[in-house]
Amino acid sequence: MKPGTVVLLGPQGTTPDIGAVLADHGIRGPVALVRAGYQEREAEDEAMKASFGMPAVNLDLHKRSVEVFRGDPDFTVAYQARQQRLRHMQTFYRVRLDKIEDAARTVSVRYVEPELLAQEEKVSVDQFRHLDADHVERCDALRAAFARNWRLSDRPLIARHREEIRAILATCEALVIAGGHVASLLNRLALFDVLQLAAAKPVFAWAAGAMVLTDRIVLFHDYPPYGSDIAQVLDAGLGLARGVVVLPDPRRRINMDARGGIQRFARRMAPATCVAMEHGSRMTFELGVLVRASAARLTTTGEVEAGWKGSPSRFSSPVIGSRR
Amino acid sequence: MIGRAITALEAGPRTREAVDAFFAGHSFPIVDGSSITFVWRGDAEAVHLKHWVFGLPSSQQLSRVEHTDVWHLTLQLPPGSRVEYKLEVVRNGHGEWRQDPLNSNLARDPFGANSVAHGTGYEIPSWIHHDPTAAKGHRDEIWIESNTFGRRGFGLYVPARFQRNRQYPLLVVHDGHDYIRYASMHSVLDNLIDRLEIADAIVVFTSSPNRLGEYADDPRHAKFLVEELVPFVERLFPLDTQPQSRCLMGASFGGVATLSTAARYPGFFGRLLLQSGSFAFTDIGDRNHRGPLFDPVVAFMNRFRAEPAPVSERVFVSCGMYESLIYENRSLVPLLLSTGMDVRYVEARDGHNWENWRDRLREGLSWLMPGPFLHVYE
Repeated sequence: MKPGTVVLLGPQGTTPDIGAVLADHGIRGPVALVRAGYQEREAEDEAMKASFGMPAVNLDLHKRSVEVFRGDPDFTVAYQARQQRLRHMQTFYRVRLDKIEDAARTVSVRYVEPELLAQEEKVSVDQFRHLDADHVERCDALRAAFARNWRLSDRPLIARHREEIRAILATCEALVIAGGHVASLLNRLALFDVLQLAAAKPVFAWAAGAMVLTDRIVLFHDYPPYGSDIAQVLDAGLGLARGVVVLPDPRRRINMDARGGIQRFARRMAPATCVAMEHGSRMTFELGVLVRASAARLTTTGEVEAGWKGSPSRFSSPVIGSRR
Repeated sequence: MIGRAITALEAGPRTREAVDAFFAGHSFPIVDGSSITFVWRGDAEAVHLKHWVFGLPSSQQLSRVEHTDVWHLTLQLPPGSRVEYKLEVVRNGHGEWRQDPLNSNLARDPFGANSVAHGTGYEIPSWIHHDPTAAKGHRDEIWIESNTFGRRGFGLYVPARFQRNRQYPLLVVHDGHDYIRYASMHSVLDNLIDRLEIADAIVVFTSSPNRLGEYADDPRHAKFLVEELVPFVERLFPLDTQPQSRCLMGASFGGVATLSTAARYPGFFGRLLLQSGSFAFTDIGDRNHRGPLFDPVVAFMNRFRAEPAPVSERVFVSCGMYESLIYENRSLVPLLLSTGMDVRYVEARDGHNWENWRDRLREGLSWLMPGPFLHVYE
């Protein structure tokens, strides 16, 4: 297996395929498991480990983070303040998304020549793109400033946990990242710098685990309990799998019949490829580049291209200006 | 307007056997597309349908199928409707209100129980029922020694998996005990939290012995909530004290109490859920046709309408289309929006009743206090 290989999978559900995927790649274990997305249920890992068919060690990132927060109160206060600020920024970004959506809808129903409406639609998409990009940039800047101010590697408790994680990873053949709460997962992986510690070991991840490895994490749900919602960028991801937006569990979360919605979303995310990952889907990256896939792709013409193999398809992504 | 089932009955022999067969062959009231037929069987001088659908006569007489003891009335009922009603049976010149004996659907409220008609497409939400697989929150009764109101009890809901080292949002519910009794609120909270649709929250259920007085913009009520009750609960539990993590809600006069408390303490509650609020107002003069109980409400609403202010951040408003208060609630929405607050408004084909308020809880609470469902991908 090539160094730097990353394999992203769809949700595991009740019939996990992670064991078969690990075996396909010649992994015999032990593997290191990240279950921080399950938060307080992190330790309830027996069934998951059993599905691997090989020895696995839980890195206990959530538990370790609780220890850090208890043992390093100054850092914790600052960390919580950063998280609160990120939440506020997310809320304000979300408010602005609504306004752009309103404007796009208002313009789109005007009785003018179709060619002008098509131009206006591009303007609307561009506004979404700029807002998304600004949001990620501001989140990045906040995280970077926090890292500069607090020099995580110098905090004794964090450093100790990082060393312990490094030691465990040294005994493992691969890193496996389960799904769960995507923000919680992202924060714990970053806090302990797990990907850096894993060096070039192969990484297998699914659902939220797959989302955090891309360069942009997008939250989405076409059927929220409050009626309707717009997809929103949460933050930059960890960037091991570039050029894709991972959309797990699309059957439950995406209105696949809404061609206009899919089209606008795919254009908004372009040139990244929007990949809908059901159970059984797979994408393989080598050194950050997608080499093969077995998933569905949302196209910029509003189609769902089932059986997408990861190669260029007949649908092309338009290049739309971005500040990034 | 006569329903098809009645037309068929009238076209037949009208024997006891035929009538028995008619009753055995239908469920009641008979819903047929967008029409509904109420039926009663028995001897009477008259039978009336009594309901609370604003816009229709509140009492309508049923007709008798000649040579039978079958009474019927067919009305138009738009899809998705839910209507509470009783039948008034007049005998010896005396009318008696009773539940429809042919309909087992009942809705309870503090005054008893009404029969319920479900229009085509209305479904009782699945998330209101006790779900044995959902983790159960714990409920308790607590007492507070209030400087404002003396000794007062309130209900308290603590979510399953509560942990002292976490911070929780707070939801304060006016007429809270009625929400538990008549709007299945304990099960609703358990289910919506378990489904990750609303945040794990500490919930306080308040009740007042004088709700029509205290809820009508009484400054003592707002002071009690903000200066006594919430700080008291904050001493008991690890609560997030940011406005975004405090939600206040209520229905009817409880909706007025919610908005007026927010107006008296702007920014304290960052989330408001207003259900069928009794937001009576006048455009000229200060007397409202609803009577003197509403006078303080009218005074408050007229002041708020004159100078609307962003008293909270996010407000969810719901009202039934069949309520007399629909005009007041519809009027409130653009006013709230004009302040810059984030506002959502939903209408339902329902009346001023607890099951209407129950049915809107998922939509309202999940928007005001969202759980992690948007962040969880397993």
